[in-house]
Amino acid sequence: MSVSNAIDQPAVRPAAARNIARTFWQTLGRRLRRDPVSILCFGFLVAIVLMALFAPWIAPADPYQVNMLQRLQPPGTEGFILGTDELGRDLLSRLMYGARMSLFMGLAPVFIATIIGGTLGVVAGYAGGWVNTAIMRVMDVFYAFPSVLLAVAISGSLGGGVRNGLIALSLVFTPSIARVAESVTVQVRTQDYVEAARATGAPAWRILMTHVLRNVAGTIFVFSTSLVSVSIIIASGLSFLGLGVSLPEAEWGMMLSSMRQSVYLAPLNSVLPGVMIFVTSVSLNLLSDGIRSAMNVKG
Amino acid sequence: MAGFIAYRLLYVLPISIGVSLICFALTYMAPGDPASSIIPDDASPEVAAQIRAAYGFDRPLPIQYLLWLWRVLSGDFGVSLSTGRPVTDEVIPAMMNTLSLAGGGALLAAFVGITLGTLAAYRNGRLSDRAISAVGIAGMSVPQYWLAMVMVAIFAVELGVLPASGMGQPGDDFGRTLSFYVLPILTLATVPAGIIARSVRSTVSETLQQEFVQALEAKGLPAWRIFLHVAKNAAGPALAVIGLQFANLLGGSILVETVFSWPGTGFLLNAAIFMRDLPVMQATVLLLAMFFIVANLLVDILQMLFDPRVKSARRG
Repeated sequence: MSVSNAIDQPAVRPAAARNIARTFWQTLGRRLRRDPVSILCFGFLVAIVLMALFAPWIAPADPYQVNMLQRLQPPGTEGFILGTDELGRDLLSRLMYGARMSLFMGLAPVFIATIIGGTLGVVAGYAGGWVNTAIMRVMDVFYAFPSVLLAVAISGSLGGGVRNGLIALSLVFTPSIARVAESVTVQVRTQDYVEAARATGAPAWRILMTHVLRNVAGTIFVFSTSLVSVSIIIASGLSFLGLGVSLPEAEWGMMLSSMRQSVYLAPLNSVLPGVMIFVTSVSLNLLSDGIRSAMNVKG
Repeated sequence: MAGFIAYRLLYVLPISIGVSLICFALTYMAPGDPASSIIPDDASPEVAAQIRAAYGFDRPLPIQYLLWLWRVLSGDFGVSLSTGRPVTDEVIPAMMNTLSLAGGGALLAAFVGITLGTLAAYRNGRLSDRAISAVGIAGMSVPQYWLAMVMVAIFAVELGVLPASGMGQPGDDFGRTLSFYVLPILTLATVPAGIIARSVRSTVSETLQQEFVQALEAKGLPAWRIFLHVAKNAAGPALAVIGLQFANLLGGSILVETVFSWPGTGFLLNAAIFMRDLPVMQATVLLLAMFFIVANLLVDILQMLFDPRVKSARRG
């Protein structure tokens, strides 16, 4: 590539990069609006989020009100639209409150892992050499564990609880995001506009922020969205094992776990929290599929 | 090709060392002193110090790690804090039970996944393709521990045809023993079956669009013989996904084993976490991770034997 060309128009390049970045999100939005399945899933997820946010105002009853005389009432019982759990608490209210923690545990670890893994991957990919080797080989070590096993082992040895679950899940997702970030960064790094910016003498951090990050963010985002449903499932799994939230907090995985024995008495009530996890996870997967095919990402 | 295999084999070494470091670190992540679960609450400081010295907890960390690694390499994982038996005696039988479940689950998932995925690819875009893809997505999204509960609710509680938990008695006849495997294997197979079906569908439909398939059609080759060519070309990627799913089942069966009270590694690990039985925890995690590494290694090598082009892509 010619260096003189780059020096001639240094101001044009960053602007062009910004345009590309903006069109990525615009294209995504425009294409998703044409996909009925994605719209449906998006709408459903918005409804779940609203339900979680406004749980204290829309829940029909107190989710922690124990009523030993009304245990395991079937759905449709007077006063309990979806019945009650093993301690006579209103299931619908608990499901609404449970959405808060379950969604949080789905989104927060992926968010943290995207920031950490994305940074590590971009730095490794841009720096190359021994920095790349050092970062990516450490990631490989974490990648050498089955994800559920790593999550259980770390949160188990840290002693359980929400904070430790968050740490464990963030650690589980960081390596895979770092891998994706590294491989796109390596591709972007050799592009003409990055070479041009380097030739103009722009400092590395500015090249990273304006040229590299804007162009890899989309791919990393698409990949991260596909991890949210996995995160919800594993996080609920941790609660199910007793490593997540503590009693009597309402959380879908925890509710499933506490009603495990009730499956013999009231199968329908006991599996309801799982229906919520399942439906949320299906919507997330379908939406992430929609995003992938809208942006032509394979896999 | 031999070079790639040698490179891949050698790469296992640093990864294994890293994995062993993490497993060793698990003990020190735990809140408090690793010796505190062994030392009785009413022990005097002198006795406590003696116990620490006996377990080597008073030495510097790198020395502790090397000593631990040396013992692990010679097959000694220490003594279980909760049962007092050698950890190996606890972990090996559990490992066998997990492997039999994961193996059964992977076989079933591979069969169902390949069949559905291939069918969907041949019915590209038609209703049956959409239906199969929907089943694939549903299979991917289901929380296994919940599916396990649903299975119990249907087959053990409502229909009463299959046992809900455990592995049965040693004296049971073959059919009875087998019946204990049915629900856990069905549960374990669901998620990988969905993932395999989706992946096989995309590989086969890509292969079907290649020019050599058109050439074979033009030549007048019967459909089943064309399928053999397609299958050969799609086998590599399909194998990779199946291998990965098998490896994932080893670690992912923790929750399912807990629901079915299956005496495998997941069940053992769960119990060890709550008893704070650190030697058992370390050994289980380390062994499962090593199985995972070996499974991934085999997948890479097999995949390359099917498609030598993978070599350059992986190394680059």
